[in-house]
Amino acid sequence: MNNSISVKVKDRSSFLFYFVCYLFVVIVAVISLIPFLMLISGSFTSEHAIRFSGYSLIPKEWSLSAYELIFKTPMTVIHAYGVSILITVAGTAIGLFVTTMAAYVISRKDFKYRNVLSFFFYFTTLFNGGMLSTYIFYIRYYHLKDSLWALIIPGLFNVFYLLIMRSFVSSVPSALIESAEIDGAGEYRTFFQIILPLLQSGLATIGLFIALGYWNDWYNAMLYINSTDKYPLQYMLYTLMQKTEAMSRIASSAGIPVMDMPTQSLKMAMAVVATGPIVLVYPFVQKYFVKGITIGSVKG
Amino acid sequence: MYKGGLAVERYLKPVNYRRRKYAALLSMAAPAIVLAVAFAYFPMSGLVLAFKNYRFDRGVFGSAWNGFENFRYLFQSGTGWLITRNTVLYNLLNLFTSQALAILIAIFITEINNMIFRKVSQSVIFLPYFISWVIVGTFVYNIFNYETGALNTMLKSMNLSPVNVYSKPGAWPWIICFFNAWKWAGYNSVIYIAAITGIDSEPYEAAEIDGATISQRIWYITMPGILPTVITMLLLQVGRILRGDFEMFYQIVGNNGQLFNATDVIDTYVFRSLLQNSNLGMTAAASLYQSVLCFAIIMVVNAVVKRIDSDYALF
Repeated sequence: MNNSISVKVKDRSSFLFYFVCYLFVVIVAVISLIPFLMLISGSFTSEHAIRFSGYSLIPKEWSLSAYELIFKTPMTVIHAYGVSILITVAGTAIGLFVTTMAAYVISRKDFKYRNVLSFFFYFTTLFNGGMLSTYIFYIRYYHLKDSLWALIIPGLFNVFYLLIMRSFVSSVPSALIESAEIDGAGEYRTFFQIILPLLQSGLATIGLFIALGYWNDWYNAMLYINSTDKYPLQYMLYTLMQKTEAMSRIASSAGIPVMDMPTQSLKMAMAVVATGPIVLVYPFVQKYFVKGITIGSVKG
Repeated sequence: MYKGGLAVERYLKPVNYRRRKYAALLSMAAPAIVLAVAFAYFPMSGLVLAFKNYRFDRGVFGSAWNGFENFRYLFQSGTGWLITRNTVLYNLLNLFTSQALAILIAIFITEINNMIFRKVSQSVIFLPYFISWVIVGTFVYNIFNYETGALNTMLKSMNLSPVNVYSKPGAWPWIICFFNAWKWAGYNSVIYIAAITGIDSEPYEAAEIDGATISQRIWYITMPGILPTVITMLLLQVGRILRGDFEMFYQIVGNNGQLFNATDVIDTYVFRSLLQNSNLGMTAAASLYQSVLCFAIIMVVNAVVKRIDSDYALF
């Protein structure tokens, strides 16, 4: 008797728990998704509807004019895409190379200076020169103003990725390295022919982290790039946001009808064009990010 | 342990052999070392600008010294206190809200047995991590701008008068806190989900047999189980307490002078004076003060933690 009551109470409390549990997760998921839906909806809404009734979750008047405007003069977008792809591909390739070799070296237990070297890298995360002196060094001493290298160099080397990579390398049995040495392979040969082929999932994980950083970067472009033909996609989007805001402000204060110019929906359409590739590849690469974050959180 | 190399070679020239091997390994790490020296260690010397009257034509080392003038200006003008206070308060607020949200998400998601629901919801919650702050800035504009924002659209449709959020500084700490939690919820919950799945299953089975309720199970097994992770995450963030997430603040707030009192952090202040090429002395002082204090805080916290329980120490 007593038992059955307690079971009932337990059932009721677990039902309540699962109700709260699902409800919470659904709410968080919906909130995570809504801004994306509003963005897409905004890009397909006619300028007229946005002006009179604002943004909404479902377009009040459908329109493709924003996308038509973007693809009528596609060269700007294509060019910015080109810059973004160039820095992402070059930066990821060089960054992976630099990171993996350094990670291999500091993971070698028979390397006398590995602790010194690890601390030498780690120290840069504890103390740094800050935004101002970094900027001055890039501009004045390395002459990187308006150079694409100013977009590539900052993302090449990251201590957090180095540490994640080191644990990938450490998972390769050290007996492999030793036997390669006994067979007379040099250090470079051991690395490129024995270790590197076994690091595929580590390379994919770190490569994707580096690539995401490059793709989403706008900050370095803002600091260092002057010529519009070197703007990467994210920064182009940012300047467009600023420009259309200024444009519509000027136009409305001068009494010029801006109705026909799809400035509002254009912003949203550009944001969709810039985010599209990430959302498309996201389902396929998500697991690598989960893996990297998990390893990073264990190793600190 | 076998140290490598042909036995004969090692016997003949052990020192030379080892030297050659170390040289080869160092040369492999050379690109990373060069990058660290050129782009992290050299710029540290630029911190001396805090004690100088910087002129671009004279460079870091040619500019004249001016003692503690820059610091005096920074703190007498009130700017120093303001941006320090904002940075610390925002970091504390963001730290607690985003970690608490991530822990809740992780606990609830791991309790869900329906794998499809679990996978899909986790993917959706993780998505904001992948988009740039520029896009988040677009979202903020999309929701809050006065004429066409979704918030005012909603208010108008309910016959309420629209609000101009951009002239209400008090609202921004919450907006920033919301978007910070929103962007990092998925990323942080991945860490906590990993911690929860790493907990030994035996106590859970014992609790099941003893008839513990779900909430008891969470409170007495899951929470203590993820405590080490929580502490590590807090420690990592404490070391960054004086560093504002520049990209977030800049994209959400922008260069909106009306909101500076409520939203200006050290990093946005430095960046603005860099772009406008003004107050560089005060900026250098703020930069040095930030770097040195951050370093000191990490060292102290790490030393204290090491004394209490060396397992939690960062290094």
